[in-house]
Amino acid sequence: MSCGVLAIAEQVNGVFRKVTYEALSEGRRIADGLGCGISVAVIGSGIKSNSESLGKYGADRILVADDAVFEEFMTDTYTNVVAGIVTKEKPCVIILGASSRGRDLAARLSARLDSPLAMDCVAVRIDAGNVVVTRPMYGGKILAEITLEGEPRIIAVRPNAMKITESQKPGAVEVVAPDKGVTALKFIEKKLDTGKIELTEADVVVSGGRGMGGPDYSAIEKLAGILGGAVGASRSAVDEGWRPHSDQVGQTGKVVSPNLYIACGISGAIQHLAGMSSSKVIVAINKDPEAPVFAKSDYGIAGDLFEIVPLITEEIKKVKGI
Amino acid sequence: MKGGTEKLEVIVLLKQVPSTESFVGISENGLSVKTDDVKWVINPYDEFAVEEALRVKEAHGGSVTILSTGPEKAVEAIRTALAMGADKGILINDPAALNCDGLQTAKILAAVIKNMPFDLIVAGQRAVDGDNYMVGSAVAELLNIPAVTMVMKETIADGKITCSRTVEGGMVVVEAPLPVLITTQRGLNEPRYASLPGIMKAKKKPLEIKSLKDIGLDAAGIGAPKTKIISLKYPPERKGGKMIAGETAAEKAKALVKALHEEAKVV
Repeated sequence: MSCGVLAIAEQVNGVFRKVTYEALSEGRRIADGLGCGISVAVIGSGIKSNSESLGKYGADRILVADDAVFEEFMTDTYTNVVAGIVTKEKPCVIILGASSRGRDLAARLSARLDSPLAMDCVAVRIDAGNVVVTRPMYGGKILAEITLEGEPRIIAVRPNAMKITESQKPGAVEVVAPDKGVTALKFIEKKLDTGKIELTEADVVVSGGRGMGGPDYSAIEKLAGILGGAVGASRSAVDEGWRPHSDQVGQTGKVVSPNLYIACGISGAIQHLAGMSSSKVIVAINKDPEAPVFAKSDYGIAGDLFEIVPLITEEIKKVKGI
Repeated sequence: MKGGTEKLEVIVLLKQVPSTESFVGISENGLSVKTDDVKWVINPYDEFAVEEALRVKEAHGGSVTILSTGPEKAVEAIRTALAMGADKGILINDPAALNCDGLQTAKILAAVIKNMPFDLIVAGQRAVDGDNYMVGSAVAELLNIPAVTMVMKETIADGKITCSRTVEGGMVVVEAPLPVLITTQRGLNEPRYASLPGIMKAKKKPLEIKSLKDIGLDAAGIGAPKTKIISLKYPPERKGGKMIAGETAAEKAKALVKALHEEAKVV
């Protein structure tokens, strides 16, 4: 099979998002499995020198489209550029991060190229030369194994799901200048809280639910802070107005896959349990020892979260020597 | 130029899905889900879409059309949207359209919309069953119009829409000319409930049920599914459920951190 994998990098203000390394590392594994090479496409403004670092994560070739008009991600411009690269490179697999921007690009590309798309993949394997992906459905209540019929197969990987692997490859940088095409979207402004760790990308998530009893999340914020993690919330906490919508974990909010998920005062509505189910280790703290959340956790503590959470924070400080 | 004082034709893409409170079981064949016992609702993100469409209509005048593809019982979801205040509904109901993947669904919806006047299409960011995050963007691509996804706030004036959309770590403001497609983000609005008079009126509102042939499509037009489910599984059960013992809260906290540090190695 004549083939090739194309990874698509995602950068904001010239800095690659973590999911870029995850997608590229997984793309390298796919390329090795199929016995082909992998190129990574980088689109942005003033990103040529930064792009060279991608060889470290297994890129054989680095295709850089560097232009002032690529400063901000605009779906239509980026779709035109990637479609141009695809036409020339003819990859059999396209892999990218299923971030908000990546999902837009993946969906649009799928329709333009009439190509199969698997969104939010959490695992990829090669079975007799065919690519089989695993992706959650129903907010994580079910995991589906899917094959993609036709090429290029577009695989959008869920942030935090794929392992980052360093494997130095030549990573030769090639400048490409694809057609920007007709575009309609106009960037006006952005407001990014760069200090805030994004829920879907955090290694640790500490969430508070109805048991918080009000908008004071300071105990949870301190624990998340010491762990370098993000704060999440249940739907009822968001509905009460205690936390912003962007903090909601669950089937109707964000589905998260951290290394450690700590659910505080969350009894365990089925849609919340689904949203946290792909976390690697789950801890539940709840005053009701019968709460359903305990059955879906690795460790449980029955007790008053306001008493226990600060004690956990202190213990972690000791372990970390802070 | 559209917007301002001019009336706007709005189309809402709507899907009926199992409620998020439902347990979703896997069928014996391991390839589909059991839906006999689930409660069916409007996809929660599509409820925001219906509400936003109604607010656009209230501000600018015009009409709101609900468009769905699905089984016959999806009529209930469309009637609910009509009871909220939408003007008319279209359901594409065809045996050949029942087990479509995201791209096929987008092709069906785009084929219907091509023959309709529209200024704005509003869709949910994703349906909470397939979680594909795909159909809205793909419909826009097939119609060759811009799309802005995950919109938290929008204003329409002088033939343009200005949207605040969420991205990881914050918000981006984007402008696009009409016609345009937007998808909804939680926080965009608070969907209204259907009133009793609304429910009565909805019974008399036009709701067309069409086959693929009626919209000028055949099996070849939507192609074969490009994604194929080969197995469905439940997520692995947690073996632990290990309750941390201790006389005092301090003992429990200490034992937990010890386990996280030495056993699970995540701290």
